[in-house]
This record gives sequence, structure tokens and C-alpha cells, in this order.
Amino acid sequence: MRGHTLAEKLIASHGAGRDGVCPGDLVEVGVDVVLANDITAPIALREFASLGVEHVFAPERVVLVADHFAPNKDIKSAGQCQVMREFARAQGLVHHYDVGRMGIEHVLLPEQGLVLPGDMVVGADSHTCTYGALGAFATGMGSTDIAVAMATGSIWMRVPETIRFEYSGTLPPWVGGKDLILYTIGQIGVSGALYMAMEFTGPVVEGLSMADRFTMSNMAIEAGGKAGLFAVDDVTRDYVAGRAQRDYHVYASDADAVYARVVTIDVSAMEPQVAFPHLPENARAVSAAQGVKIDQAVIGSCTNGRLEDLRVAAQVLAGHHVHPDVRCIVIPGTQQVYLDALREGLVETFIAAGAVVSTPTCGPCLGGHMGVLAAGERAISTTNRNFRGRMGHPDSEVYLSSPAVAAASAIAGSIVHPDEVMR
Amino acid sequence: MTLQGSVWKYGDNVDTDAIIPARYLNMSTAEELARHCMEDIDTRFAGAVCPGDIIVGGENFGCGSSREHAPLALKGAGVSCVIAASFARIFYRNAINIGLPILMCPEAVAGAQPGDELTVDLEAGTIANARTGEVYHTAPFPPFIMSLIEAGGLIPYTREKLKSSL
Repeated sequence: MRGHTLAEKLIASHGAGRDGVCPGDLVEVGVDVVLANDITAPIALREFASLGVEHVFAPERVVLVADHFAPNKDIKSAGQCQVMREFARAQGLVHHYDVGRMGIEHVLLPEQGLVLPGDMVVGADSHTCTYGALGAFATGMGSTDIAVAMATGSIWMRVPETIRFEYSGTLPPWVGGKDLILYTIGQIGVSGALYMAMEFTGPVVEGLSMADRFTMSNMAIEAGGKAGLFAVDDVTRDYVAGRAQRDYHVYASDADAVYARVVTIDVSAMEPQVAFPHLPENARAVSAAQGVKIDQAVIGSCTNGRLEDLRVAAQVLAGHHVHPDVRCIVIPGTQQVYLDALREGLVETFIAAGAVVSTPTCGPCLGGHMGVLAAGERAISTTNRNFRGRMGHPDSEVYLSSPAVAAASAIAGSIVHPDEVMR
Repeated sequence: MTLQGSVWKYGDNVDTDAIIPARYLNMSTAEELARHCMEDIDTRFAGAVCPGDIIVGGENFGCGSSREHAPLALKGAGVSCVIAASFARIFYRNAINIGLPILMCPEAVAGAQPGDELTVDLEAGTIANARTGEVYHTAPFPPFIMSLIEAGGLIPYTREKLKSSL
């Protein structure tokens, strides 16, 4: 009998009906958490209504977050948040996060302890894979899938093959989770893990903070991945302690688990990474982007909007000024991150440096609001996608990087290694 | 079911921001979204697409966001079918769920040029190119996926399932 991967065990444990599932099996799984936001919920709720089901399967397990175009950017967006708010009230949803309580969903849910190790989470947002960092199986789906999951508490899925990534060596200064995942996507391509789970292992990731792990899991979808998983360890347990309000379960890959592929990456000589337009797979060393002029720097998002990310950005920006030709926009991921950043003095550092600090929102990442690019403009951004037109005009460009590189580039006015401004 | 239409051909990694830019996600009906479908990579498309036309894409079609607005926009524009070398998984689910036929067939993609007339037989799994005379065979859907398609999508499928479990 073959051993099983973490992905297979997580799926099997959710009522797939067998001790062991195998890649390629189509199975029905029970879900612990179902998520939608102000863009995907309106369609999901329309489909939910057409099912003829009166109530969601569990009002404490359906989470709605107004984060993409909230605070409402226009009348139509206001209408979408309104639809979501009315549904939440009518259904008695426990976790409806509106302006004032909301944050960027994939920063918010783990912070609030809503997702725990061993969970099965489906969300109408492609970056739902972020929660794989907690040893949960979490994957993005569309609105119709989410409507069915809201109604029935279950959904079908195909058991994925798993690619194991082993990171070894010593992380150089200014190289972290964002650089590891950009480098990895650069190695395997934007469809390199299509339909598959990515499992991140090795001595380097064992030393990573939860913030770095969330960043890596978050971008599994940018390689086509269905999930981006980490094993649960003391770092995970420490993070969950004090947040969890229910029991959780820990699963681990068997030593003889079967992988589709094993990719080994030595990080010792890695430079901070920058993904050139217009695909996340265009990752190169920051030195290759040296001198590329920028008009805007965005620091935040579900990829890099956690307190640790803001600390790094503040460390770089402290005592410097944002280049006069650059707009630097800092977006704490949640109200709690914002408050913590305020208390630590990070917000003051940003403002003193000439950056603006926004309320939590996905806004600029997808060209929604709070930093849309004009034709011919170029941004460096700690977000996760640099598709053509992603941040605004189809003739604008986005370079993806870590918070350290984005902050340093904001000061220099062009893309630079953080060492260039920290000397 | 037989589908017939002319080809709009695109390359690899057609992402969901290309299919429907995020700035239009404050709308959610197929009709509204269709007016802006593909506009950032092909300004002609929304105005010139005819009912029945077929999108042909390369690898990883529909990558990126989970937005169901993408297949909805294509369906609203009258696209009868998407043929690609491969699909991003969330787009694949979304298309099946809303009843937009999609077919994986790298050979048909390689053999198609913009404007070619294709005839697709979904039951037989064949794609015929009128210009070249070539007929391509696609891999059949797994039985479960086929049952979703036959039901008319995930919502009617689930409605039936809920009814029979009462």
C-alpha cells in the first residue's frame, strides 16, 4: 500500500468515504469554511437563491468579506456590498465582515482563527489557497461552486497530484517567502502545477514565519496550483494558539508518499526576486531589473499585507523619503494589522517618508481603486499578479516583489536591491 | 449537440483579467459583462463576435482569478464553446458549472486560424475544421463531469440531488 501526501490525507479526512484517496479520484468533500467577497458573493447569492434552499448549511461556517471594492468605490460596488449585507443579516451569518471590521480576506480569516489546521476551505477567490500555510486544504472556486457549498456544506473535487518543493541552504539577507515563491514560479512556470497541490518543505521553510508561509501558499495559484501546503509545526501551533476556538487536526505526508515530482531549490545564492510584466513566471534577480523607473509602489495585499511585511517596509523607509516621482501606497491587511502598525510607530514612519497609508482593501491589486495606473505607468507591487492591465490601463506595467524591494524602489524611484538604500 | 462558428484565436495563458477586466466586476450579469469581454487584448471582439463563435486558446486558458464573470462574459457574448490546449482549473470548473462547453484539444488549436469555421459535436467529441477538412477527436469528459453537463450545470444538478434526498 502506498503512502499518502498531506493533500490526499486532508481530502480523505473530509468524508471522501475512503481511508485513502488517490490522485485523479473525483470525490465529494465536506467543508469547514465557505468564503466569498463583494465581487464573487453577488453571483453566488443569485445562484444560491436559484437552488431553492432556504438556509446556509451552517451560519457560523459561511464567511463574507467586503474587501475588493470596499469601502465602496462607486454606486455599483455599493450595491454589491448591500446584497451581501442583506443576505448576511437574513441568514444570521456570524462572520460577515463589513467596513470597520473587515480586512483583506486572506489576512483576516487566519488572524481571526476562522481557519485552522486540518480544515477544508473553499472560497470564491483564487487566493483562498493562502490557508494551506496552516496545514489546511484550501482552494479557490467560482461563485456557483460556492453557492452549492453554502447550501449543502459539501462540494466535489478532483484529488490532486502533489509536487514537493524542498528548500535548502541559508537565506541571504532581504530574501524571504516572496522571493522563494517568485523564484519557484519562475522555475516551473504559470501552469507548472496546474491541477496539482504544491507542498513546501525543507529546512529553509521550517525556519520561516507564518507571514512568509502565507505569502508562499498565497501564490500557489500563480503556478496553476490547487493548493499550497505546509506541514504543521511549532510555528503553526504558536500562531493558532489564542486564535482557535475549536479543535483542530494535524495531518502530515507519509515518508513513502507518492509525488508527481520533487523540485529541490538551494536558496543560498538567491537574490531578492522581481517578476517582470506580464506574468508571475517572469521572475528574475532584482539586479536584472536595476534602474527600471517606477511611478508607483504598492505595499500590502493578501500576499504581503501582514504586520511582518509592514515592519520590513518601515525598516527600509525609516529616515528616507519616497522619490518625488513615486506614489507609495501602504495598505495594512486588516484593522488589527493597522492598529498594530500604528502602535509600533510604523504608520508614522510611512507618513514621514511620504507614503500614504490606506484602510484595508484589495483595491489597487486588481486595478479597482486606491491606486489605479494610467497608460504608460509602471508599478512595483507586493501583490501577486502582473497580468496586462491588472492594476489599471492595459498599457501599464506591474513588477512583483517583496516589501523590502518595493520600499527600497519607492525611495530610489527605480527598482533597486534594498542594500542600495540601506548602506 | 452540434456547435458551429468561426474562430477567434488567442495565445497561451489568456488570463481572467484579459477575458473580463476587474474594473467591470462591479457588474454581474452576462449581458453587461459581454460588452467588455476581451477588450484589453482584442478591442474588436465585443463588437464583432457573432452568436456561435468559438474561442480557441493555447495552454492554461483562463488562468488567474476565480471570477465566474469570465465564462459568463464569454457566454453572454454568444461564444458557443472554448477550445484550448489546456485550461486553468477554476475556469474549467466555472465553465462546466454555468454550462459553457469547453474542450481540450491541442491538435485542433494548432490547426485553427482566426476566422476558420469549426463544427463541434459535443457527444461525439469531434471538432471539424471546414477550411482544412481535418477532424479532431477530444478526450471524453469523466462520467461525473458528463453528468454535470447533461444536467445543465451544477445548480440544476444539485437541485435534482437535493430533491431526490428528501
